[in-house]
Amino acid sequence: MPGQRPAARAHPAANTTMLFGSPGDDQTKARRFRDAALPYLDDVYTVARYLLRDPADAEDAVQECYLRALKHFDTYRGPAIKPWLLAILRNVCHAEFTRRARSAATAIDDLPESGEATAPLWQETEDTPETQALQKRDANSIQRMIAALPEPFHETFVLREIQNLSYREIAEIVDAPVGTVMSRLARARAMLRSAWLAEEEPSR
Amino acid sequence: MTCDESDILLHALIDGELDAGHAREVENHIATCARCAAALRTYRDMKAAIAAEDMRFTAPAHLRQRIEAAMPQPRGTSRRSLLAGFAMGSAVSAMAATGIVAIVLRTDDEQRLASEIVSAHLRSLQAGHLTDVLSTDQHTVKPWFNGRLDVSPPVIDLTALGFTLIGGRLDYIDGRAIGAVVYKRRAHVINLFVAQTPNATHSPARTEDVQGFNIRRWRDHGLNFWAVSDLNADELAEFSDKFEKAMQANGNG
Repeated sequence: MPGQRPAARAHPAANTTMLFGSPGDDQTKARRFRDAALPYLDDVYTVARYLLRDPADAEDAVQECYLRALKHFDTYRGPAIKPWLLAILRNVCHAEFTRRARSAATAIDDLPESGEATAPLWQETEDTPETQALQKRDANSIQRMIAALPEPFHETFVLREIQNLSYREIAEIVDAPVGTVMSRLARARAMLRSAWLAEEEPSR
Repeated sequence: MTCDESDILLHALIDGELDAGHAREVENHIATCARCAAALRTYRDMKAAIAAEDMRFTAPAHLRQRIEAAMPQPRGTSRRSLLAGFAMGSAVSAMAATGIVAIVLRTDDEQRLASEIVSAHLRSLQAGHLTDVLSTDQHTVKPWFNGRLDVSPPVIDLTALGFTLIGGRLDYIDGRAIGAVVYKRRAHVINLFVAQTPNATHSPARTEDVQGFNIRRWRDHGLNFWAVSDLNADELAEFSDKFEKAMQANGNG
C-alpha cells in the first residue's frame, strides 16, 4: 500500500528493546499491518461467521487469516486491504470446508467447484406469485435463510449484501469473472426470495 | 432485452453496477414486462429489509487480543491510558464507579497515538471512506452514532462559521471504535475524533505537528478531542475555538 500510510518512522521510545532479538523491520511491519488490517477485524469476523456458520471455527479462521496476512504483507500491493484480507479468509475457510468434509459425513458446506452443481433446496421462483409482498423479518430469521443458501451463491450473497463489496471486488475475492459473480448473485437472491416467501405462507 | 437477461441484469441495476446504457435497457424492458417489474420490486424490498437489520457480527475482544498477542510487539512498556488522555491515578476506579468504558491503549507514548490519528485521517482520505453517514445536518449525524459507540460525540454545525459539516464516521484507533465527525474548510478535510475520558477537568487546546499534519487536542466535559487536518495551524486553532464556543453555547452539544 505505497503512499497510503506515512513512511515508517524510527521507534520513538529509545528504551524499547527488541522482542526475541527480531530486527526492527519486523516490528515496523507488524505495526503497519496492525494499522492497516485490524480496523477490518469485524468485517473479516462477520464473513467468517457467515461462511463457517460456527463462532469458534470463525475465530480460529480469523486468527489464521491475520497471521497469514501478516506473513504476506510484504508482497501486498493493494489496491484495497479489505478484499485482500477477505480473499485470504476465504482460502482459510475453504481449507476448513475440506477438513470438515473429510472428517464428517455431514458435509453441508462444499467446495464451490462441486457446490455449483448443488440442487436448489427449494422451488425456484416460477411457482411464486410475483405480486406477493415481502414481510419484514428480523436479523435472526434473515441470517437463518442466508445460512441455508448453498455455496458458492451463499458467499457471493454475503460479500455483496452484508459487506457491500462491489462486483469487481467480489470477483477478485472468489477468483471468478464478474459475469459469474452476477449470475451467482441473481441465483442467490432468487433462492432467498423463495425461502422468504415460503416462510410466510403459514401466517397467511 | 429478454426476461432471461433481465433476470440477471436487474440485480446489477439494484446494486448500482450498471452503466447508463445498460441501465436504460433494463428499465425499458421492465417498463413493458409486469413479471420483471414485480421481480425488481420484490428484490428491492428484500434488499431494503436486509439493510434495515443489523446483520453484522462484532469480533469478540478476546479474539482481538489473541491476534494482537500473536504479532511481534515492542517490550518493556507499561500500559497507559492514552486515549483517556492525561488521566492518572484514580482513573481506573473512576471508570469502575461510573461504568465508563474508557479506551485503553497498550502503547508506548503519546506520539504513537498521534501517529495513529494521522493514520486514521489518511485512511479516511484515501480509502474512499470519509463518511459513513453523509449529511450536513447535525440532527442526522448525531443520532447516527447512537448505538454504535459508548458515547455519542457532540456534532455541531459550524457551516455558518466557515467549517462545513460533512458527516460522521466510525473509525478505529488502535483497533477500538471511535467516533469521527468530519468537517471541511475549502478543500481541506478536518477529522474530529472524540473519545470518552473519565477525567472531567478542562484541558486547553494545543497544537502539534505530526508527519506534516496538524493535530489540535483538547479535553472538555469528559471528552477528549483530536482535530486533525492538513489545514494550517492558525485555521485549525480557529476551528477548535469555534467548536468549543459552540459547544458551550449548546450546553454540551
